[in-house]
Amino acid sequence: MITTSGLTKVYRSRGREVTALDGVDLHVREGEVYGVIGQSGAGKSSLIRCVNLLERPTAGTVTVAGQDLTALAGRGPRAGKELRRARSRIGMVFQHFNLLSSRTVRDNVELPLEILGKSGKERSRRALELLDLVGLADKAGAYPAQLSGGQKQRVGIARALAGDPKVLLSDEATSALDPETTRSILQLLRDLNRQLGLTVLLITHEMDVVKSICDSAALMERGRIVESGTVSELLATPGSQLAAALFPVGGDATGENRTVVDVTFHGEAATQPVISQLSRTYNIDISILGAAIDTVGGLQVGRMRIELPGRYEDNVVPIGFLREQGLQIDVVGDDKPVLVKEGAEL
Amino acid sequence: MQPLLSQACWDTLYMVGWSTLIAVVGGLPLGILLVLTDKGGLVQNVVANKLIGQIVNIARSMPFIILMVALMSFTRWVTGTTIGREAAIVPLAIGAIPFFARLVETAVREVDGGLVEAVQSMGGNTWTVVRKVLVPESLPSLISSTTTTVVALIGYSAMAGTVGAGGLGDIAIRYGYQRFESQLMWITVAILAVVISVIQFAGDLAARSLHRRGGRSGPAPRLRLLKAKEPAPAEVGKVA
Repeated sequence: MITTSGLTKVYRSRGREVTALDGVDLHVREGEVYGVIGQSGAGKSSLIRCVNLLERPTAGTVTVAGQDLTALAGRGPRAGKELRRARSRIGMVFQHFNLLSSRTVRDNVELPLEILGKSGKERSRRALELLDLVGLADKAGAYPAQLSGGQKQRVGIARALAGDPKVLLSDEATSALDPETTRSILQLLRDLNRQLGLTVLLITHEMDVVKSICDSAALMERGRIVESGTVSELLATPGSQLAAALFPVGGDATGENRTVVDVTFHGEAATQPVISQLSRTYNIDISILGAAIDTVGGLQVGRMRIELPGRYEDNVVPIGFLREQGLQIDVVGDDKPVLVKEGAEL
Repeated sequence: MQPLLSQACWDTLYMVGWSTLIAVVGGLPLGILLVLTDKGGLVQNVVANKLIGQIVNIARSMPFIILMVALMSFTRWVTGTTIGREAAIVPLAIGAIPFFARLVETAVREVDGGLVEAVQSMGGNTWTVVRKVLVPESLPSLISSTTTTVVALIGYSAMAGTVGAGGLGDIAIRYGYQRFESQLMWITVAILAVVISVIQFAGDLAARSLHRRGGRSGPAPRLRLLKAKEPAPAEVGKVA
């Protein structure tokens, strides 16, 4: 649904060049919720703004719903008619809501319809319908200043949906909201994704956002995508930073001469009594340092951190046994990259 | 004395009224253009921006009485005369256009860039941005700017007496100063003070009522005190 290839954005100011995007290849499938996560300055904002060409990429192409937007852009900085029409089919919600303070909630939702040239009757019918969809039908006549943050974002979402988009871009939509409101807004986005078949591309710095609603995710660092894939692919990737951050387990080795192993199981493997099999087969004592079962991206996933006596060299065979059972094994050691801590802002 | 003063009042309001109208019509687009053509603006054009900026600066730096004399041939071309109320309106309006344009520029610059981005993301063009965002969102400031312009024009209009346009300032100078009728002078000063107060009050009221309706800060502090018992909006609209 959204494909970028070789997307590059270089900002030039006073002779200095800053590369915000460095050859980003992104592929968002139709109907999925795709999260791009990264630290501030990683290039997330530039990326999402390049998708509807609010920012002109320096190089590379952007294709949305089969339409090459970069080809529509033309030479000058101003957007031509074709590009503007394409933009109207891509909804966008913003971190700071960006509602017009001089208009009522309903008039804010009508704005994109005005731009599309719809008649007054049709506009108000559609606006009320959308406000009903986001649960704010009773606030139609209020001004944005009279709403709470979560309500404002609901209006922002209703507005973004006014032009019947197939794609919704979400620019840190929940970053200005408290945790509870964040959950309700994410739930709304998830519902809209399912009900309307809406493809959602969101950028965020909060791992929880990815964890609760994304089907796929990408990790951005210094203008590049360093990891990407569906959540289950990521969880199945040994040493994946995103997987570790999405689903962290804690626990340190109890002493020297121990091997600490992270065991991740999803799907069928989750039901097998592998740990007791391992213990019986090799006659070793296993301590469990930490374990959790959670739903990540709609998948039931378990992860366990276990400790085996002896060094890694002594445990090659038991670890091989675990791998044979279709489990994903990450040996935790000093030489491993530092895993992203739970809840930490990436 | 009374018909003299009422005629003067009328003359002042007539001149100021028309010149304000022309200043707004001319200064609003000019001020918006100053923002749009600026670096990073929607229709960035550094040359045009510098040019407009320079013209505005030159026009603003000229003392009004000089401007009035300098514009005489233009005034004659427009109104057919260089004497009287109509003739005074031309330099008043031309003096006020750059003044108002700078105020508009400041007001429009205050509009959050995120709103512009939002309208662009909906497929709006530059004209849509101007019409739907820049002007309505800066309206309270634009009204305040208009009030400031009206008050400044009342001041300028005192000099319009030199081209026989009449008005309160003219009465104060000719009767009060030149004929030593200080009582008449004080009366005109008092009338001017009242007129300016009323205009300022009306302007503030209009700006504030718009701001209260849509403003980011919600009701004015005094009103909030009165409504203290109402729950805050965040609590009313707890999102499910």
